[in-house]
Amino acid sequence: MRTRLKASLLAAVSLGFAGCAATGGEAKSAGDKPAASAEKSAKFDKNPYPSTYRPYPSQTTVVRGVTIFDGEGGRIDDGVIVMADGKVEAVGGADLAVPAGAAAIDGRGKYLTPGVIDIHSHLGDYPSPSVDAHSDGNEATSPTTPEVWSEHSVWPQDPGFSRALANGGVTSLQILPGSANLMGGRSITLKNVPARTVQGMKFPGAPYGLKMACGENPKRVYGGKGRMPSTRMGNFAVNRQTWAKAAAHKKKMDEGKADRDLAMETLVGVLSGEILVHNHCYRADEMALVIDMAKEFGYKVSTFHHAVESYKIADLLAKEGICSAMWADWWGFKMESYDGVNENVPLVERAGACAIVHSDDANQIQRLNQEAAKALKAGRRMGIDISDAQAWTWVSYNPAKALGIADRTGSLKPGKMADVVLWNGNPFSAYTRPEKVWIDGALMYDANDPKRRPVSDFELGQPGEGDVK
Amino acid sequence: MNALFTKSLVRSHRAKSRCLSFVRAFGVSRLRSTRAGLGVALVASMAAAAPAAAQDIAITNARLVIGDGSAPVEGGTVVVRGGKVVAAGTGVAVPAGVERVDAEGRWVTPGLVAAFSRVGLVEVDAVSGTNDRSATRSRFSAGLDIAPALNPMGSPVAVNRAGGVTRAIVAPGPSSSLFAGQGAVVDLGDDNDMVTRARALQFVAFGEAGSSKAGGSRAATFLLFREQLLAARSYARNPAALAEWGNDALLQRADAEALVRVIDGTTPLFVRVDRASDILNVLKLKGEFPAMKLVLVGATDGWLVARDIAAAKVPVILSPLSDLPDSFERLAATQSNAGRLKEAGVDVSVGVFDDDDAHKMGYATQYAGNLVGLARVPGASGLTWDEAFASISSAPARAVGMEASIGSLRPGRAGDVVIWDDDPLELGSRPVAVWIDGKAQSLTTRQDRLRDRYANPQEGALPKAYDR
Repeated sequence: MRTRLKASLLAAVSLGFAGCAATGGEAKSAGDKPAASAEKSAKFDKNPYPSTYRPYPSQTTVVRGVTIFDGEGGRIDDGVIVMADGKVEAVGGADLAVPAGAAAIDGRGKYLTPGVIDIHSHLGDYPSPSVDAHSDGNEATSPTTPEVWSEHSVWPQDPGFSRALANGGVTSLQILPGSANLMGGRSITLKNVPARTVQGMKFPGAPYGLKMACGENPKRVYGGKGRMPSTRMGNFAVNRQTWAKAAAHKKKMDEGKADRDLAMETLVGVLSGEILVHNHCYRADEMALVIDMAKEFGYKVSTFHHAVESYKIADLLAKEGICSAMWADWWGFKMESYDGVNENVPLVERAGACAIVHSDDANQIQRLNQEAAKALKAGRRMGIDISDAQAWTWVSYNPAKALGIADRTGSLKPGKMADVVLWNGNPFSAYTRPEKVWIDGALMYDANDPKRRPVSDFELGQPGEGDVK
Repeated sequence: MNALFTKSLVRSHRAKSRCLSFVRAFGVSRLRSTRAGLGVALVASMAAAAPAAAQDIAITNARLVIGDGSAPVEGGTVVVRGGKVVAAGTGVAVPAGVERVDAEGRWVTPGLVAAFSRVGLVEVDAVSGTNDRSATRSRFSAGLDIAPALNPMGSPVAVNRAGGVTRAIVAPGPSSSLFAGQGAVVDLGDDNDMVTRARALQFVAFGEAGSSKAGGSRAATFLLFREQLLAARSYARNPAALAEWGNDALLQRADAEALVRVIDGTTPLFVRVDRASDILNVLKLKGEFPAMKLVLVGATDGWLVARDIAAAKVPVILSPLSDLPDSFERLAATQSNAGRLKEAGVDVSVGVFDDDDAHKMGYATQYAGNLVGLARVPGASGLTWDEAFASISSAPARAVGMEASIGSLRPGRAGDVVIWDDDPLELGSRPVAVWIDGKAQSLTTRQDRLRDRYANPQEGALPKAYDR
C-alpha cells in the first residue's frame, strides 16, 4: 500500500515541489539539445540504450517427478522438464527422454511453473528505501510526459528486485511510470536479474510500453495545481488533443519532414503499433470511453491496469481483446476502487477475456501466486470452475502476451527462455515458497544455498545482510 | 425478536436481507461443493436466529481450534450460552435445550482479532469526509477518543467480518502532536453497538514519524514524551496547575487526563517503533514510568534486540511479511522477525497495518499462513500452525489486556465463533458461519451484491440498475 500511495494518492504532495519547473511542454525538453533538433526523425536510433543483458552461465538441468503447470493452461503430473542452453528443451511425462550428464533434481512433492511475470511494478523507480531522493516514478510537472522513459529512473540496486525473485519467483517485470499524468511516459520490461546498470536488466527485444492513466489521479494532481485537467472531461480533452498532435506528427515523420520530438516519437510509436499502451483505469465506464478514444485515433490498448471494475464489462473487454491487470481483493482506498469484488479476476476469465494478476506493490509482487490463489478460490465459490493450471496463466502467459514477449517467455514450450520456478509445494498454498528460480536457465535463486541469494549494494554491510528476508 | 424488527425501518430491512443472505450463503454458493446436510441444518438454525438475538448454541463435530496456541482437536464441541463460551473441547456435553449445529468436521475457531487496525474509522481512504483515521489539525492529541468516530454500518466492517474478523483493536492515526490519541477494542457485529472497550489503548509513534511530530529529531521525541507525561502527572496531583500554565501548557486538559491513565497502566501504550536503537530506548522508558504497559507495534528490526524485548515482557504486534528496507529504520527487515522474536520468548501478534489498515483485516490469515510456510524455508524462522493462529486471536487480545474476555474459545470468553470452509490459514478460505457474542451474523457484503449483479455482465430486458 505504501508504494501505491506514493505512486498515486500522494503524487501531488510528494512531488509538488517539482511543479515550479513545469514551465515547458513536452516538446520543449526535446529541443533543449540543439544538435538533435536538426536531426530528422526518420533517421533516429529507436534503441539508444540497448540491452546489455546476456544470460548467465547455465548447465543442462532435468527436474523429474514434478507437477508442472505449463503456463498456457496445461498440467502434467509426475512431469519432467529438460533445460539446456538457457532454453526449455523439452517438457513431458515420466517417459520423456533426458540427456545424459544433466544435473538431476528430484521434484517429487513439488511444483514447477514458468516464472512469474509482474506487468505492473515500480521497483527501481520507487525503490527501497523510499526516501525523497529516490522518488523517481512520476514526472508530475505536466499532464502529458510521453517523452520520459522509466528506464532512466530505475535504480538497479533496489532490494525489492531480490525479494520478488526469492519469495515471489518473479523472472520478468514491467516497470511503469506512476499515474500522476495522463501520459506518464515509456515503461520498460526487465529480466529480474541483478545488474550494475539498467541496461543489464533490460529484456532483449521487448517492446516499449506507454503508461497512461484515467480518472482520479491526473485530475487531482493537475486540478490541484490550478491547471487542466481538473475533471474527467478535462482528462479526455487533453488526451485527445495530444493524440491529434501525434497523428499530425506521424504524417510528418512518414514524409521524412519531422524534427526530433521525444514526446511525439513515443506517441507515434503507439500509433504505429510498436509501443503498447498500458492504461491505469479503474472504472468500467471510463474503460469503455478509452476504448472509443483508441479507435478515434487508431491505436490499441494492450491492458487496463488496476481494472477493479472489469467484471462489469468483461464481455466488452473480451470482444475488444484487451487484457485486465487486477488485484485479487484490493478495494476502498479511493473512490474509483470502491466497487472492487473478490471475483473480478475469475469473472474476466469466464467471459473469455485476458485476465492478469498484478501487484503495483513491492510487497505484493512477492506473492502474486497467492493473490491468484485467492481469486481462483473466490471464483470457485461462485461456481466458476477454473483449473489451477489455467489460473497460472494469470501470472505468466497472459502478462507475457500483454507485454509482447509471449513468443520468448511466459510458458514452458520448447525453445522458450528457461525462466522457471521450482516450488516446494503447490504454489496456490500459503505454505509454499520458491525453492529454485532459473532465469534463462541460470540458477539465480536456491533456497538451499545462501550463496544463490542476491544482496544489493544498498544492503551490503548493513544489519541483516544476506539474511533469508 | 419483534423489538429488534421494529427498531426502525432500516433495521428491519437489514434483518430481512440477512435472512436472504443466509440462504444465499449456505444454501447456494458456499456449500455448492459440499454435502447438503450442513446446509440444511445451518439454514434452519440461522433462519430462526436471524434477528441477531444471542443464541444458546452448540457447534459439534468440529475440527476445533481453541486459539490459545493448543493444537486443533477432532470431534470438538463449542457451547455458547448467554453470549459467552461455556465449554469447548472434546467430550463436552451439549446441555438440554441448546440448539445444535453440526460442523461436519469443518474447522471451527474463535473469531479473528485484528491486532492493529483502522476498521470502522474509514469508508474510502481518499474521500476525506469518510476518513476519520487522523486528526492532524486538532488542538488535542492524547485526549482524542476514536469511539464516536466509529461507523459500525460502514461496508469495511461487513467485508472484514465476512473474512472471519470478529474483533479489532482500532488505533487512531497521527494527531497534530506526538500522542495520537485513544483507540478502542471493537466488535464487527451487524448492529449499531461497536465498542467493546473504549479508550483501550493510547497510541504514539517514535522513530522517524515521531521525530517529525516532535520537532525534527529523536531527541525532541523522547524529551516531549517525558515532559508531557510529567506534566500529566503534575496535573493529576494538582489539576489547578493546568490553569496556571496557561498558554505555556504542554497539554490540554483532556490530553493530560488521558496520559494519567497511561502512566498508571490503566491504558496500554501502543508504540510504533522499528529501529533497534529506538526499541531499546522505548523499553527504557519503563524505568521512569514503571506502571506503564507498553506494546510495541511494528518492531521491524526487533529481532536484533529480541532478548531485550523478551526480558522487558513487552508484547509485539508486527506486520510479519514486511521484509523491505523501505526506510533507514527498517534496514534489517525480514519475514523471519516473528519467528525469531517468538523463539526469544516474545509474545507476538500479527497485524495488517503496513498495508491497508481499514479494509483488508482478513489478510491476517494469509500472513499467519505465510509464517507457517516460512518455517519450511532453510535458515528462516516461522511459526507453527498453532502459534500462527494464536497470533491472530488470543495474542492480540492479550496485548490489549483483554485475554480474559475475547480471542479464544476458553470458557468465559465472548461467543465469537467461526465455521470455515477449509483450513483458515490457507489462501481463500472463508467463513461459512460467524457468531459474535453468540449472535449469528450476516456474511453478505455490498461486494457480493455487485458480484451477483454482474455475474453475467450483459444487460437483460432492463438495465442492470433493476437487477437486485
